[in-house]
Amino acid sequence: MLKPGLNKRFINMFFAALGLCVVVWAWQGTEMDMSALLNGSANMAEMLSGFMQPDFTDWRYYVEEMVVTVQIALVGTLLAIIFSVPLGVLSADNVVPWWVYQPVRRLMDVFRAVNEMAFAMIFIAAVGLGPFAGVLALFVHTTGVLAKLFSEVVEAIDPQPVEGIRATGAVAMEEVAFGIIPQVLPLWISYSLYRFESNIRSAAVLGMVGAGGIGFSLSEQLRSFNFGATAAIMLMIIVVVVIFDLLSQQIRKRFV
Amino acid sequence: MINIRNFSRTFGSHKGLDNISITVRPGEMVALIGASGSGKSTLLRHISGIMAGDKGGGDIRVMGRIVQEGGSIDRHIRKTRAEIGMIFQQFNLVGRLAVLTNVMLGSLGRVSIFKSLTGRFPRAVQEAALEALRRVGIADKAGQRASTLSGGQQQRAAIARAMVQRAKVLLADEPIASLDPESSRRVMDLLEELNRQDGVTIMVSLHQVDYATRYCQRTIALRAGQVVYDGPSSALTPAVLKDIYGAASEDMFGEELFAETDEPAMAEVIPQPYRPGLCAGAAA
Repeated sequence: MLKPGLNKRFINMFFAALGLCVVVWAWQGTEMDMSALLNGSANMAEMLSGFMQPDFTDWRYYVEEMVVTVQIALVGTLLAIIFSVPLGVLSADNVVPWWVYQPVRRLMDVFRAVNEMAFAMIFIAAVGLGPFAGVLALFVHTTGVLAKLFSEVVEAIDPQPVEGIRATGAVAMEEVAFGIIPQVLPLWISYSLYRFESNIRSAAVLGMVGAGGIGFSLSEQLRSFNFGATAAIMLMIIVVVVIFDLLSQQIRKRFV
Repeated sequence: MINIRNFSRTFGSHKGLDNISITVRPGEMVALIGASGSGKSTLLRHISGIMAGDKGGGDIRVMGRIVQEGGSIDRHIRKTRAEIGMIFQQFNLVGRLAVLTNVMLGSLGRVSIFKSLTGRFPRAVQEAALEALRRVGIADKAGQRASTLSGGQQQRAAIARAMVQRAKVLLADEPIASLDPESSRRVMDLLEELNRQDGVTIMVSLHQVDYATRYCQRTIALRAGQVVYDGPSSALTPAVLKDIYGAASEDMFGEELFAETDEPAMAEVIPQPYRPGLCAGAAA
């Protein structure tokens, strides 16, 4: 009885040591430097004092940019939802054969693996600077995320109602429309709203690479050390994000 | 109406359906009995073409149309399925849709896909659905979500869906297995009415033998995927039932039923068995 206990303790210690090694390795790789924090404290203090006096002189311009930001998020998410409905169904293994869902899923993996910012830079190269590139970036990345979430909901449905509809002589499209969609709709709506929330957060930084919205002003003001204006923009972003989070939470509650 | 010839379906090494041959004539109401796992459900699902049998394992025809042959489901199965109504133990309605919509879905086989997908069911279908709901006695629930109905009401809605489907053949897979006795009686009465008044050919699998003898003239019994009895329900004697259900049967029907087996009068009414070897063994 003693031996298995000892073995287990040894294994636990081994994994604890391994975990510690990984942390040390990552710490060194990131050039963690506490002295830099201390040496930079003067800069930080200056920044903070700037932040303490938000500069709202250009607020009209910021509001315009904020509206564009929300518009980017809205259009990007909407396009993603429209495309995620068929792509989500086509990635569900209980609806289509493997030679359909495997390629579709891999394509969605690619869409999801590349960050919105990276997509934004790619689309800027294609369609030029501006909000359109931002919309395309959010659209592609969000499609990858939503199609996966949608398909997971489809895979968890109760197959019996679908069988009931199949037995009436319905075609495949009708099986999906009447057997699957009614079952998955509440969760699909909930996920879509959640993605809209997070896309507003993403859209707020897309401008940093030139893909439209408030992010451009944010990075410009930060680069010219206008900490007051930076603080004003950040406050506006926080207020808008919080408002939309609360709003979408309230709507989501009604569907789940 | 239903023609099954030498049909088999194997699951791994287990014979789900073993060389089954059944002919059901138009207008018949046939009970399908047998212990759990004897193949009742499997057989009904193969008749409706939801599952495919073994390669080279016989064929199934309904109303002269091929459902499946040699392990492959016919290309025109949708047209055939539209003629075959199916009733399930768990009702298989779409819970979040209104009862009326669920019933109208029975028309999917004949309504064009453009109309159905845009939700514009023809007026005639809407009227047929309401009429069917009136017939099954739940017209007042038409606007409710199907999930808000009781089990018995959901099963009646499912029967209404088969009515709107104008099915000539109705396959009912344990339609009353999860219902209380009162609801069970109403559902079976409805099936009987469909059979007598509308001439629908019905094949209904049942757990309780007394329902089979009360509602169906003919009973087919399965055991381990084989037909072990096919004949008048009135001739289902305790000895035959013991053979159908095997050792588990005593728990199902109680001791007193089997006490009668010893009476010589009962032995005489044992029918001509479908598979002489099996039934003769039980009678001896």
